[in-house]
Amino acid sequence: MRYHQAIHDVPLIFEGCNEAVPQDIESELDGLLPRNLQRARLDLPDLPEREVVKHFVNLSQMNFGVDNGMYPLGSCTMKYNPKICDDISSLETVANMHPLQDASTMQGALALMFELEGMLCEIGGVDAVTLQPAAGAHGEFTGMHIVRAFHESKGEERHEVVLPDTAHGTNPASAAMVGYDVLDLPSKDGCVDLEALNAAVSDDTAAFMLTNPNTLGLFEKEVREIAGVVHDAGALLYYDGANLNAIMGKTSPGKMDFDIVHFNPHKTFATPHGGGGPGAGPVGVKKDLERFLPVPRIVRNEERFELDYDRPDSIGKVKVFYGNFAVLVRAYVYIKMHGGKGLERVSELAVLNSNYLKQGLTEMFDMPYGDLRKHEFVLSGKKLKERGLRTMDFAKRLLDYGFHAPTVYFPLIVEEALMIEPTETETKDTLDAFIEACGRILSESPDIVRSAPHNTARRRIDEVRAARDMILSWRSYREKTQSI
Amino acid sequence: MLSKLGLASIEDLFDDVPKDVRTKGLHLPDGVDEIRLSRGLQELLRPNRPASDWLSFLGAGVYYHHIPAAVKTIISRSEFSTSYTPYQSEISQGMLQALFEYQSFMVELTGMDIVNSSMYDSSTALGEAVLMSHRMSGGSIFLSSRAVSPEKLSVAQLYAKGADVTVDTVDYDRESGLIDINDLESKVTDDVTGFYFETPNLFGVLESEWKTVREILGDKAVVIGVNPLALAVMMPPGEMGADIVVGDAQPLGVSMSLGGPSIGLFGCRAEHLRKMPGRIVGMTEDVERTRSFCMTLQTREQHIRRSRATSNICTNEALLAVAVAAHMGLLGRTGLRKTALENLTNMKELAAGIDSLDAFSAPVFDSPHFNEFVIRSPVGIDRLNEHLMTKKIHGVLAIDRWFPELKDCALVTTTEMHTPEDHRRLIDAMGAIR
Repeated sequence: MRYHQAIHDVPLIFEGCNEAVPQDIESELDGLLPRNLQRARLDLPDLPEREVVKHFVNLSQMNFGVDNGMYPLGSCTMKYNPKICDDISSLETVANMHPLQDASTMQGALALMFELEGMLCEIGGVDAVTLQPAAGAHGEFTGMHIVRAFHESKGEERHEVVLPDTAHGTNPASAAMVGYDVLDLPSKDGCVDLEALNAAVSDDTAAFMLTNPNTLGLFEKEVREIAGVVHDAGALLYYDGANLNAIMGKTSPGKMDFDIVHFNPHKTFATPHGGGGPGAGPVGVKKDLERFLPVPRIVRNEERFELDYDRPDSIGKVKVFYGNFAVLVRAYVYIKMHGGKGLERVSELAVLNSNYLKQGLTEMFDMPYGDLRKHEFVLSGKKLKERGLRTMDFAKRLLDYGFHAPTVYFPLIVEEALMIEPTETETKDTLDAFIEACGRILSESPDIVRSAPHNTARRRIDEVRAARDMILSWRSYREKTQSI
Repeated sequence: MLSKLGLASIEDLFDDVPKDVRTKGLHLPDGVDEIRLSRGLQELLRPNRPASDWLSFLGAGVYYHHIPAAVKTIISRSEFSTSYTPYQSEISQGMLQALFEYQSFMVELTGMDIVNSSMYDSSTALGEAVLMSHRMSGGSIFLSSRAVSPEKLSVAQLYAKGADVTVDTVDYDRESGLIDINDLESKVTDDVTGFYFETPNLFGVLESEWKTVREILGDKAVVIGVNPLALAVMMPPGEMGADIVVGDAQPLGVSMSLGGPSIGLFGCRAEHLRKMPGRIVGMTEDVERTRSFCMTLQTREQHIRRSRATSNICTNEALLAVAVAAHMGLLGRTGLRKTALENLTNMKELAAGIDSLDAFSAPVFDSPHFNEFVIRSPVGIDRLNEHLMTKKIHGVLAIDRWFPELKDCALVTTTEMHTPEDHRRLIDAMGAIR
């Protein structure tokens, strides 16, 4: 069980040796741009291609992706990304398309998006989908605007969005961004407390946001009752699609009576996460909310696809154009390659792997709340404290064994939380190796664990110092080091 | 594995899903193998006419520029492309340093103190800038120049709504295409939170009255929209008095992909840092005192601050920020300035060529431009576009649907991708219309 990340001394690209002969263009520029609009200086390096490629390739070797190894980040669903999806999305008929071309010259793209919307309707159990939002959180933002438009269309002004205390941070942030007050609902046994929900909702409640299975990996069995309470109050039920990857083909948000759903193509349909993005965040709705979706809508007119902007009740636009097309193409290819049965299998194996891994770790950790899990589970590292360790130490030590760390300290209701999601793409051997590594760490000397990681490109990094020094660019680095 | 769990079948794993919400599988066709998938997708996408096939003079926020082959090599490194947001900094130094370099490149170009590690695109960056201006200066009206894409303004309006802010527009001068300063002056009241203008604006025109704008706005926020490629030669917004800068970094190494993903540029002055949305990477050290990088100032963000965060943004456009950093590294100072110069030169040449035709005048606005400009013709833009498309040239962008006063006008864009022969093809096609 050996792992060692590459370590290269890679100076900042601005510190590289500058051999190119500086050429300037000022004389030519003068005829084209008035002097008062010209910049006086531009401090950038001039490097040969060979140096730039070496720089970034060496940097890449000091980065850990799914292609390097298991990445059990709970809630983030770091599954393997099939390469055919990247191939298709880099075709010229994808990459070199301009969004303002005449619709007649983008029929292939519109056909693909139209069909993708249809497939997402089936998977989500909804009646209409927009592909416009750029990421999951942006989908939430879109969904909350649809909530607002829905209530305003009835002449109602509602001020509050309710969500469980296990919700992702984006949920309350998105609701607040649309102008709602946020009410946190304490969970009961890790799930929504129906009585508390009943007491919390009122004619001021605009929506209840929920993910099912929830962030503890528990399926909210009372989801129909929850929907009843929410709908009786005249509010809408919003589905955070972060955990949809656990239930494809088994149930759907629509079947569970959710009104609005966002999809995370990265989590459910394996589009690569890119170290933070780009993503996409399609949003699906039930029939009577379709009129609020962003413009344009893709419509089919016999054999021709068109962009329809004439939707007077639409919330408007959440970003320019039609969505993150190159990401959506990857999701389309993934769905096509798996088909209906294959997607159901994806969910089955994600749940199987999660339960297998949970079983293997149960004896090592405290496991609050319930038994059967869906695609992820949450352990408590509070026993580590007896040995003077914290969950973060354990997480950092896992890096030394070539495993990315799980999500830590989330959800907030579990003390010293470790949130683990193995995904369907890891083999039994890999899961066994992960269990073995966890066991080893627990028997190691606390000093080794506390001082981890040891085998990564850097040892434990001082994040407090980063916030204090605030060196946020090459320029601020130079200013700060010169002034010392 | 099932037996180890004491289960008989995989269905037992879904025992906790109540019967009344169960569905019977998905009604989608069966999966297909890679051979059929690849052929099927190429077939499906074949009716598309990319800019590498038909000649295109479209712009308006998304541009067809050369991307060096090495950019793809770099962002295809799957250590980058298949990684998550770099929460575990020790094992993610590559991405973190690349993002720090992206921030640094953008700080140099914009002349701002701080640039975050990306937003979705310029429209959402503008939306976030409206909200940030509101956090900075209060007020309930955000002003924007009218010479901005109405689609972008529509996004800004939606963002503004959440803070009970409305967006009002300031007209442009019909001769110069520049901000109508009198109109701006009359609209800046106590209730104004800030003002947004672009340079180059939607008409490709470069603004010159930034000092006056700064004076009129006083301590209210000035938000400037930029094209970062133009900044290789242009006065940076940091020297124009901007509090916040937004834009698309797409022209620097990101393909058009039907308008998404793009990459939203967002920068601000140091004093506004804690009100800023988005992820920021900072330099620090590890326990062995080796230079290191990590995400910082996260207490502004949703995963910590929840409903009181500066924004809900989580996923951004990190891999594209790496593409931009790689692109800027590959072009370097010299290459970047040469590319910007070629755009300026091509604009002048194409505008002169079109203007030499009897039925066309270009540019309509009498001001310096970057790489796009407005043309006018009595032949009618719809007729023009029908004709161009028969010549395998994408139509130009009719703008009278957004600006009724610009009847018979269209936006034309050229970049370093266009050769003199490409220009000639467009001009000849235009000249052939009677």
